[in-house]
Amino acid sequence: MTAVTAPVNKIIPFSSVDGPGNRTAIFLQGCNIDCRYCHNPETRVTVVMSGHNPDISEAVITVGDGPCQVDITHMTPQAVMEQVKKQVPFIRGITVSGGECMLHQDFLHDLFVLAKGEGLTTLIDSNGTLPFSKCPELLSVTDGVMLDVKAFFQADYETVTGSKNTYEVVLENAVFLAAQGKLEEIRCVICPSLYDGKKSVRALGEYMKSYYEPGAFHFKLISYRPMGVRPEYAHMLTPGTDYMNELAAILSEIGYQDTVVV
Amino acid sequence: MRDISMDRVQATRENILGIIKNTSLTHEQKLTNLANAADGLLEVLDVPEGLDDLLNCDADRRCICDLFEGHAPMRPRYIVPDYEKFFKQGSAFLQLEPPTDFFEALNHLLIIYKHVPSITNYPVYLGNLDMLLDPFIKDLDDETVKKHLRLFLTNVDRTVLDSFSHADLGPVATRAGYLIMEVSAELENAVPNITMRYDPDITDDEFVLAGVRCALKTAKPSFANHKMFKSELGDDYVIASCYNGLKLGGGSYTLCRLILGHIADRARDIKDFKENVLPYVLDIQGRYMDARIAFEVEESGFFESNFLAKEGLIHRDRFTAMYGLVGLADAVNILLEKEGKSDRYGHSEEATRLGVEIMEIIDTWNKNHVNKYCEATDGHFLLHAQVGIAEDIEVAPGTRVPIGEEPAELVDHLNVLSNFHKYFPSGTGDIFPMDITIHKNPEYVVDIIKGAWKKDLRYLSFYSSESDVIRITGYLVKRSEIEKFEKGVAVLQNTTHLGTGAKHNGKILERKVR
Repeated sequence: MTAVTAPVNKIIPFSSVDGPGNRTAIFLQGCNIDCRYCHNPETRVTVVMSGHNPDISEAVITVGDGPCQVDITHMTPQAVMEQVKKQVPFIRGITVSGGECMLHQDFLHDLFVLAKGEGLTTLIDSNGTLPFSKCPELLSVTDGVMLDVKAFFQADYETVTGSKNTYEVVLENAVFLAAQGKLEEIRCVICPSLYDGKKSVRALGEYMKSYYEPGAFHFKLISYRPMGVRPEYAHMLTPGTDYMNELAAILSEIGYQDTVVV
Repeated sequence: MRDISMDRVQATRENILGIIKNTSLTHEQKLTNLANAADGLLEVLDVPEGLDDLLNCDADRRCICDLFEGHAPMRPRYIVPDYEKFFKQGSAFLQLEPPTDFFEALNHLLIIYKHVPSITNYPVYLGNLDMLLDPFIKDLDDETVKKHLRLFLTNVDRTVLDSFSHADLGPVATRAGYLIMEVSAELENAVPNITMRYDPDITDDEFVLAGVRCALKTAKPSFANHKMFKSELGDDYVIASCYNGLKLGGGSYTLCRLILGHIADRARDIKDFKENVLPYVLDIQGRYMDARIAFEVEESGFFESNFLAKEGLIHRDRFTAMYGLVGLADAVNILLEKEGKSDRYGHSEEATRLGVEIMEIIDTWNKNHVNKYCEATDGHFLLHAQVGIAEDIEVAPGTRVPIGEEPAELVDHLNVLSNFHKYFPSGTGDIFPMDITIHKNPEYVVDIIKGAWKKDLRYLSFYSSESDVIRITGYLVKRSEIEKFEKGVAVLQNTTHLGTGAKHNGKILERKVR
């Protein structure tokens, strides 16, 4: 196993919102797109390892209006696993999120091999901008992917993410992962100020329908909330409960079960 | 019977008049308080020398507390009737034949509940309700069953006026169990307290998930480690009152408690505490409990005259007694301070180690103390982590980490507690208010419970930080009823009074939300 490391922003010992059951959630630093509604923008900036000792480094990054110091620790998969083991037997698995954790595929692979050794399940929370079809080894130790589909239509997607060349990859990933039985969840953040949620969710539901069977994967519809969002974007509208329930009803009409609204 | 002073008589008379004139008490609450006042005039127990200085001193020095049991106990503190047997044989005293259908079964239970005594004058055990009722609902549709469960549970909530009253569910999933939880979540009543006896090898995942969903709505059921209780007490154990593991058809004669913080105050250092002060108090509380038990069994006439005993619904030889304690955290912190250390219980390995050493001393004492009327539990008492009374100020419940000092991470909190639950077959428990987000993910809670059972934890309760019904220490109260009582309005349930005291003295609304 290589001595690969990844910049770890934080580890949440017990998480109820990063996949099924109780999981330890590991947040890696650095993201390749720029969602306006990002609620943890401090995890976006890529941290360059400093000095010769890659084990621990600290980066000062500036976010939003004022300076904000975030301690980033470069950790090996073994070091992360030591932190995870403290939660055994209370957790059923781990979830790696970000930033964008697929920027650290070798690290993910090695960490998941260790997690499997402990009998833990392994999930990836990804923005879907890097093709999963190119990493079969990682997928072989991954139980599922929670895939963000920021918006179904390209113009909307680019408005949300500021990313010009990743749109197709996301939808290809959705189809590929569903076909492989590795799609755990499709997550859509609903932000009425940015795009038409109803149109997007309906079109995405229709698009994925032929890859769906009950129990295979589910949708999670997440209301945009201003907490943690950069000040210049925090004025955007929060969708109402009725609107969110309408979106869930659209998915239910198409035939999807177990849609989660948060 | 020993004489008492006229001063004490006069003080009691004034107390009685105060009870009669109190506008915040209901009629039933006045009767209970008057009976306690009358009983307080008696001196009939053969109490050990030295007790007075430990029991009847000022509250901030008190080392032993008998939890309002009075001076002449006329019945065991907790009584656990065998309701299944009642259903099989009916009752000559109550003039009831065995029930033949669901409606008769519910009516029978409501009748017998009125006649089961306890420290609170209300039944502390209502039966393993799902197992009891499931055979009667085979031919009934869900709506009919739910309609009558609604009436039954509402009747219980409005007539069993004390939430130290427990119904059990499980460990096997039943249709009756699902329906009881569904109706309980809908009603959001404080009474009864409910526990699910949970064993991942026996209990369906769906059943425990339904339990968690119900708990996050209305703070019940709690979850008991079925394997652990069964290995200690046998198949026929129940959970009664707060969370007390007891034998079916038996109960507990008495529950007295050590106030460990105040005992530690009286010691010079750790060595003095372990070798002199604690063993001295352990012995006196033990002999005080022996005296109470001897009076109940040999003099009160309860077991000869009460219909529950005469009809075989309880058996004297299935009773035991609960040897309680509070304030392990206080004792540990005080003793470490006396040694010049700043370690705090819940936050240091040394503190945990000292806590375990103290528990080992208490456990060993109990294993060497024999009471001939505790045959049901090999002649020994059962240890009990008591969780406080409304009047307690700066007393940490049982072995809990004090409110306000909980470790930041739940996993660290659970790992501390996992050192202590195993000592308490007659009950201990920890309580976790949960953030509303987990309503979307009850499996999160189930994973924690499953892990907890592997780590020797015994009993866990969860409630949503937004619920009206909340768990105070070992009982449930509606926040809305506390608010009424605080305005001086008489409220139905006695436990609302206790909950109000605990809110102010015990900071129970300030628990760390997980």
